[in-house]
Amino acid sequence: MKRQHTLIVMVEDHPGVLNRVVSLLRRRSFNIDSITVGHSEQPRVSRMTIVVRGTDADIEQAGKQLYKLMEVLKVIDLTDQSVIAHEMMIVKVAAKAQQRQEVLLIAQMFNARVLDASPNTIMIEATGPVEQIESLLGMLRAFGIRELARTGAIAMTKGSGMITSKGLTDSDRYAGSAAAD
Amino acid sequence: MASIEATLPTLSNGHNGHIEEIEAVELSGAQIVCKALEEEGVDIVFGYPGGAVIPLYDALPKAGFHHVLTRFEQWAALAADGYARVTGKVGVCMATSGPGATNLVTGLANAQLDSVPVVAITGQVVQPLIGKDAFQECDITGITLPVTKHNYLVTRIQDIAPTIKEAFYLAKSGRPGPVLVDIPKSLFVAKTQYKPAKLKDRRGYQPTTSPNMRQVKLAAEAINTAKQPLFMAGHGILLSGAEEAFAKLVEKTGIPVAFTLLGQGCYPESKPLALGLMGMHGHREVNKALEEADLLVNIGARFDDRATGKISGFAPKAVVVHVDIDPAEIGKNVETTVPVVGDAREVIDLLMDLVEEKHHDEWLAWIESQRNYVLEAALEDRPATPEPYTIIKAISEASNGEAIYATDVGQHQMWAAQHLGLDYPNRWLSSGGLGTMGYGLPAAIGAKIGCPDREVWAICGDGGFQMSLNELATCTQEGIDVKIAVLNNGYLGMVRQWQDLFQGKNYSEVKINGPDFVKLAEAYGVTGIRVETDAELMPAIQKARETPGTVVVEFVIEPEANVWPIVPQGASNSEMLHRYEDR
Repeated sequence: MKRQHTLIVMVEDHPGVLNRVVSLLRRRSFNIDSITVGHSEQPRVSRMTIVVRGTDADIEQAGKQLYKLMEVLKVIDLTDQSVIAHEMMIVKVAAKAQQRQEVLLIAQMFNARVLDASPNTIMIEATGPVEQIESLLGMLRAFGIRELARTGAIAMTKGSGMITSKGLTDSDRYAGSAAAD
Repeated sequence: MASIEATLPTLSNGHNGHIEEIEAVELSGAQIVCKALEEEGVDIVFGYPGGAVIPLYDALPKAGFHHVLTRFEQWAALAADGYARVTGKVGVCMATSGPGATNLVTGLANAQLDSVPVVAITGQVVQPLIGKDAFQECDITGITLPVTKHNYLVTRIQDIAPTIKEAFYLAKSGRPGPVLVDIPKSLFVAKTQYKPAKLKDRRGYQPTTSPNMRQVKLAAEAINTAKQPLFMAGHGILLSGAEEAFAKLVEKTGIPVAFTLLGQGCYPESKPLALGLMGMHGHREVNKALEEADLLVNIGARFDDRATGKISGFAPKAVVVHVDIDPAEIGKNVETTVPVVGDAREVIDLLMDLVEEKHHDEWLAWIESQRNYVLEAALEDRPATPEPYTIIKAISEASNGEAIYATDVGQHQMWAAQHLGLDYPNRWLSSGGLGTMGYGLPAAIGAKIGCPDREVWAICGDGGFQMSLNELATCTQEGIDVKIAVLNNGYLGMVRQWQDLFQGKNYSEVKINGPDFVKLAEAYGVTGIRVETDAELMPAIQKARETPGTVVVEFVIEPEANVWPIVPQGASNSEMLHRYEDR
């Protein structure tokens, strides 16, 4: 069964490493829903959150292929873990004086923040689980969305367990290259 | 050949062995490339100069290795591939930026798919011009990303030596493969203090060579309990130098061996337990054995589709044990019951102590009963023009099966794989994964340069030979002695065969003219011989062997001879066709 998987990929922060990761997933026909990259808590190590679609076997294969890249330190599939996965969105909604109140009310319902306003638009920032962002967008569509920017999800496990370049301290789906054992 | 040390006495450290204590000297980036290659024990480089590498080539005359000038960069990469396969060392090729570098791509892809250790050094335009679409600029690290194990664009002169060091380590360790190092021209001319580089630990690259003992025990248990077991022997056995250990394991367990195309030679084919080639053009009894086996032990093969046929019909009754150094190969194509990640030699050595001595006489007798005697009888009853397989057998017989045989790609390649009877490791060079036409001659050149004392045959078709025949000039310039068999059917034979069998004989663009190969050989200053009858076959081969220098032997063969058996693409190995009427 194909489903969405959230992978955390810890990589050495070298030029071109994003290109290597994306190119690998493309040439092996994996579908990327979103990818975010940024610094991690460790110097010279970046953390990627990749949301990718496939069967469990597909994703296991993707993880093993990712390990073949020299810069990849750790690949962890968070799909069946207890995690917080949030994304951020900035959206510019069409809202003249008549609609303004209603838009603000919706933003309030979703704990979204107003960043800017003009006579014809309101700019709103929201963070939260992907489904919540989708619901908010669904509500705002009726007014007309002028511009939309989304980050894609970033994720972290709940509790005291930690994902580092050595792996997930609680449990680890890909225990090094002995994964197949 | 003077080395750089000769002009730089402070660096000659041949006797004291304390490299670190020697004061660093100032060298150009080009000299550093040469020094770094010397540090890796490189004695041969295949390449072609050009604008961006002029400063690098300026340093070559004083380098401690020999440069072989090929006639096309692609053949330099494939010569490096052939050299690596026979010597077990890393093959090295060099090219300039832009078109020189892009011409290497096919050769690198070839090495990538066949896991051959190759290091390519390319020149890049000067640093200020990178990204400006400069003359002969191309993003070769971007282009070769999917066809190399790893690649580098060096941006600082002090990184040249450590990068080359790491490139060699990556190329030959774990699952071998090609590594490209792109160096801007501005770095070749810059100068810096040179010290031999030390290998740095790479956190993200820790190949597993020692297997998990629990898995090895499971594999041994499967071997000890199987009634109809089969080995699938792949290139990994040769890459890990496990052929002797494997022979002991085969003989102790009494398990017959099916070979992948590149696994051939890892166990002598003349031994009773060696069955021969499996897969699309495998022998009937081998594919039948795969169908009936209750255990398949794959060591060092990646379950390529040409070996497996349709996956659902592949070894349907077998428990699958898969030994591979690359964890990503496990379960990629074939579902595996017992995965063992590790170096083939280490795994085999551990298995040796755990497996029981056995004989599988009944099973072997059954396999033997599946041999296609009708086909073999038909092969004996042949027309006056030399049958393709008799040419292969004659070459093998004349050279006592001891030569290095490099093939091109197509029908002749399959005839060679079926009929050479390969008894020795690392003497069979064939483009298995990529199927690169033109591979035969450059690979043979690389092999001859790597093993100058061994007889080397390139076995080609008229199509593939016409792709790389310009390398005849490399043969004469290097004064090397390669015997080239050209099986000339005037067709791109394998494509014609598929059009014959599967496209209703709609021969589309497969008729191919060629030159007069004898005159061509003479024009290049080598010997040419044409063979048109059976009677001429053996004398011509003998003459080729006795004639010094490179010899082209053209064998005129039946234009529409087919390779039998054949498993149609997408079909199970059990659906193999043995003759035209089986379609």
